[in-house]
Amino acid sequence: MYKILVKRDLTPIITLMEVDAPRMAKAAKPGQFLIVRAHDKGERIPLTICDYDAKKGTVTIVTQVVGASSRQICHLNEGDSFTDFVGPLGLPSEFIHLSDEAVSKMRFLFIAGGLGTAPVYPQVKYLHSKGASVDVIIGAKTKDLIIFENEMRAVCDNLFICTDDGTEGRKGLVTEIMKELLEEDKAKGSVPGHKKYDHAVAIGPMIMMKFVTIAAKPFEIPLIVSLNTLMVDGTGMCGACRVTVGGKVKFACVEGPEFDAYSVDFEEAMRRQTMYKSIEIEADHKCNIGLDKK
Amino acid sequence: MRNKIPRVPVREQDPAIRAKNFEEVSYGYNEAEAVLEASRCLSCKNPLCVPSCPVSIQIPQFIREIELGNFKEASAIIAKDSSLPSVCGRVCPQESQCEGTCILGIKGEAVAIGKLERFIGDWSRENNIRFTDKAPANGKKVAIVGSGPAGLACATDLARLGYNVTIFEVLHEPGGVLQYGIPEFRLPKESVVKTEIDNVRALGVKIETNVVVGRTVTIDSLMDEEGFLAVFVGSGAGLPKFMSIPGENLNGVVSANEFLTRNNLMRAYDPEHDTPIYVGKRVVVVGGGNVAMDAARTALRLGADVTVAYRRTEKELPARVEEVHHAKQEGIIFRMLTNPVAILGDERGWVRGIRCISMELGEPDSSGRRSPVPIPDSDFEIETDVVIMSLGTSPNPLIASTTPGLDTNKWNCIVANDEGQTSRPGIFAGGDAVTGAATVILAMGAGRKAATAIDRYIKDFS
Repeated sequence: MYKILVKRDLTPIITLMEVDAPRMAKAAKPGQFLIVRAHDKGERIPLTICDYDAKKGTVTIVTQVVGASSRQICHLNEGDSFTDFVGPLGLPSEFIHLSDEAVSKMRFLFIAGGLGTAPVYPQVKYLHSKGASVDVIIGAKTKDLIIFENEMRAVCDNLFICTDDGTEGRKGLVTEIMKELLEEDKAKGSVPGHKKYDHAVAIGPMIMMKFVTIAAKPFEIPLIVSLNTLMVDGTGMCGACRVTVGGKVKFACVEGPEFDAYSVDFEEAMRRQTMYKSIEIEADHKCNIGLDKK
Repeated sequence: MRNKIPRVPVREQDPAIRAKNFEEVSYGYNEAEAVLEASRCLSCKNPLCVPSCPVSIQIPQFIREIELGNFKEASAIIAKDSSLPSVCGRVCPQESQCEGTCILGIKGEAVAIGKLERFIGDWSRENNIRFTDKAPANGKKVAIVGSGPAGLACATDLARLGYNVTIFEVLHEPGGVLQYGIPEFRLPKESVVKTEIDNVRALGVKIETNVVVGRTVTIDSLMDEEGFLAVFVGSGAGLPKFMSIPGENLNGVVSANEFLTRNNLMRAYDPEHDTPIYVGKRVVVVGGGNVAMDAARTALRLGADVTVAYRRTEKELPARVEEVHHAKQEGIIFRMLTNPVAILGDERGWVRGIRCISMELGEPDSSGRRSPVPIPDSDFEIETDVVIMSLGTSPNPLIASTTPGLDTNKWNCIVANDEGQTSRPGIFAGGDAVTGAATVILAMGAGRKAATAIDRYIKDFS
């Protein structure tokens, strides 16, 4: 059993938990994920790893209530345990293979949507610790869905916040801020001393990542996205996570979750996410994609 | 003189009823039936059945004890060579192993060795018989990767020799394919699988679930940091194959592995569990192996009309004859010489049908089977809501890719000799991880051989 040592509500519907998992805490790297089961009849739910502390032996996860399974997780309290907690799964972010010296000279732009802020955090924290310059855009539907603002501010150079309804930060979409930053970056390209963005990472609802990818394309900046596909085992056994990347079928659980954004078939990925949504929702054609939508 | 009666038939659940439930198909022998069937065995001086058993169970001896009504003695004889009699009695391909070489089979019907083994396994469970004798603990640690048949067999033998054995399992329940692959109606999980795994635990074997070897830990970290002197890799062949035909990523196309894992490991058939599963009204299963039969019969029980599409003829079906027979009894349609060329979707990206081409058999291929050749312009469509791809599996490359110096072949199988020795000293491997997808009992045989080799390796080493 995997005990919940700390539980903290970040917003009325988003909960942070620090979980006792020493082996995973020691092995986890930025970009990886885990799978939990809240009880012995529960689903295996993939979640992003939001932080890890090898010394304390803990792994931090963040959950937002979107359905029955996430509600079960959020109903667990400090002192309760997860029945199962397995990981780290997937490949770490590619930049962990770069030398510290190389990373220290680089400038990154992160685009985080809603709960996607959680997996962005360990990546930014890692890069910051290696001396890289990092700017972060956090976007969400509304104020209650903005998380990790202070934590992120402590590990990045510039933090930009926007909400769809303007309840926090700027009113608007992450793509708008991103475009402005990239345009400014392009304009300053030749100014001496200006450090251009080398690399961008977008993590959030599939629909957000799709539009970030479209908006970023003209700027020719390398862009990575992290795909939150359906999964059962998370170790390559089932193939529920199949995505098409560059015309080839990939298993997001073992060959991802991070891929080159410009190669991802987002339409297919979004459709495949709906595979087990109830038939009525399908018939109504209601779009249920995205972590920040009920 | 032996009892010259016909083979004692085994009682089964009525096909029409069982097609709607997940309870076991075969009821197995009761005591009287088992004793009667045992009386048919000739107790050959040089039995052919024993060498054709991958774990060399002393078959005539245990059958003799059954005939005498000494079920506990029969159980003790089997326990020397197998910790999974209730499992193997159910899922072994006896017809091509022990029963396939039985002298009685030449002119008549072989002794029902599998059913007798199952009887003893089940009787032992019902009577709480368990054999936990072992050598004194030697304190030496061995790690086993994977709690499927290979790992359980290896762990059993090493524990009996006094080793301190830990099995690392990636899923949340131990058993490997016994847990995620083989359905409840062939292999009950709670009564059979769990009990026999508990028997392995009773020998002192520890099973740590939710550990991804290659991610949570590595083989090298187990050896260098956690003090394991040797490691046995029995990680199976869990990676599903697809056909690379158009439409394979439509909603409604799943691998047999996904479909069976949802239903077996995750108990999707049980409304108390949260796991979703989708069968629609019609299902086409592509493939002809035991896994294809399991997927087809599972889909049927979940309420779908099921068709199995296989590219060769019935004669070449790799599935056990018994499974094909059961599937037909239950109402599954078989379309032979049929090979999918594309999966067809509706405007929302869901499966609506499958386009197939008719095949004919050509020249024998390297496996000796006549290879199917498409007949030009013979395309036709089958309407369906779900397509289950059951085309075989290959070993997961995760362990090899995270263990420097561990050689694999072009099919991602770990290279190991007959005793399980890999290219790295101290690392042994066996079962599907080495051979590619095969049977429970071959994996157990490989696990046992590796246990002997590990024992020798550690003794030489220290």
